[in-house]
Amino acid sequence: MIWMLIGFLLVLLILAKVGWPMIMEAVTKRNQHISDSLMAAKEANEALAGIEAAKEKALAESQAEQIRIMNESQELKKQLIEEAKAQALAEAEKVMADAQLKIQKEQDEARAQIKAEVISLSVDIAEKLLQRELSNKDAQSRYIEEILKNNHPQIEA
Amino acid sequence: MTNVFRYILLLFLLTSVGTTTLRAEEAERAEEAEEEETLDMMSFIFGHTGDGYCFHLTEVKGEPVCVWLPVIVHSKETGWHVFSSKHVCELKEGETYQGFYIASMNDDRYPGKLLEVCPSGEVKRPFDLSFTRNAFGIFLVCGFMLAFFIPAARKYKKDPMATPTKYQGLVEWLTYMVLDGIISPSIPKSKVPKFAPYLLTVFFFIFFCNLFGLIPFFPFGTNVTGNLSITLVLALCTYVAVNVLGNRHYWKDILWPDVPLFLKFPIPLMPIIELVSTLTKPFALMIRLFANILAGHIVIMVLMALIFVIGGMYGAGMGTATSVISIFMMVFMTALECLVAYIQAYVFTMLSSIFIGMAQEEGES
Repeated sequence: MIWMLIGFLLVLLILAKVGWPMIMEAVTKRNQHISDSLMAAKEANEALAGIEAAKEKALAESQAEQIRIMNESQELKKQLIEEAKAQALAEAEKVMADAQLKIQKEQDEARAQIKAEVISLSVDIAEKLLQRELSNKDAQSRYIEEILKNNHPQIEA
Repeated sequence: MTNVFRYILLLFLLTSVGTTTLRAEEAERAEEAEEEETLDMMSFIFGHTGDGYCFHLTEVKGEPVCVWLPVIVHSKETGWHVFSSKHVCELKEGETYQGFYIASMNDDRYPGKLLEVCPSGEVKRPFDLSFTRNAFGIFLVCGFMLAFFIPAARKYKKDPMATPTKYQGLVEWLTYMVLDGIISPSIPKSKVPKFAPYLLTVFFFIFFCNLFGLIPFFPFGTNVTGNLSITLVLALCTYVAVNVLGNRHYWKDILWPDVPLFLKFPIPLMPIIELVSTLTKPFALMIRLFANILAGHIVIMVLMALIFVIGGMYGAGMGTATSVISIFMMVFMTALECLVAYIQAYVFTMLSSIFIGMAQEEGES
């Protein structure tokens, strides 16, 4: 009984001092560490999922943006072309009108000139005719032809 | 205590072998022979299940081969004596060594114990501090526990976060089996670190003692926990842990329980009952462990003895036939004892922690 008391209390003392508390502490610590790590991993996973979602969202947004920009540019292009076409048409019309106007003017001018020319020519001829005696008929006709030949070869043609 | 078991065993043996001869004349002689044989078996069984001064290994050419243990005794007349148990174990009937001899297993008061013959001729029991078989067994278990748990604890202390080795895993598994299965459910959480070391030590001490007691060769095979003085020490430790470390609420419940006044005043009926119950609890622990382990060992020994009893009565043939059955039964019993070894350690620790837990509970406030 005395040996039992000595032996048992000795073991109890030693194990209570350097045995059980160490094992219990270490295991508790490790349990804490493991549960902490698991929690951290869970959180990281959640964060990663969040990032993934954000990425998806950004990607979708950028895609939509791209489509929008492309559509816009397409429209702009169309509009520009239309505008250019219209402008060109207007320009062309204007040029044509101008040209017509100019032609008309030139025609008018030419006509007036011809008219003046004809008038002066007629006056000249009449003058010349009047200046010569109208006695000789043949000579008069030849003269007129001569005058015409000298001054206005084109009329002859 | 051992006397009660002797009578139970006697009855068992008598009924099992004693109904054979009924003829009047031979009956008496046969009974005498049986008595002698039974007593022989008694000394055989209790010599092995009880405490002893030496390890009896075997016999070679009629000479016993033993491991002798030191005998340390203090006599009132002649002071301290320290000698090897060889001297007293080999004494013949009537001889003494330095005035000491070992009583026979049939002695009424001190069977198998060291006795002193005083110069006056009076036979007394000296103060016995001998390093007996049980003491050897206790220190073997103590040494084993230290060697088993301390290295693990040191490894844990060195690096708590390291991956545990297989050995650490085993220690951890055993420790947490007790901690989570027995201690934590019974004791308030804040008090677990305070009481866990005691309960863990008790559990593994009983468990290893029981297991070592089942191994039938030196240096194991000491029936430590089947010994009242050992279970008494364990129960005392639990008693101290429950009552000395119990809180005020627990003591208030014992000395002034919530019962009608006439039950506690003027005659403190309930307090007396409660006080007695604090004693009966560890007492039950003590008896339960002791009886379970001793009974298992006795059954195994009886099965063994049965071979020789029957062989002696009916001849070698019957003895051989019995040995087949006996050995089969012994294997079964040993397997059962392995289970009991665990269960008794479990029960002792479980009840201890429940009692401690009850003494630590705070009142509803």
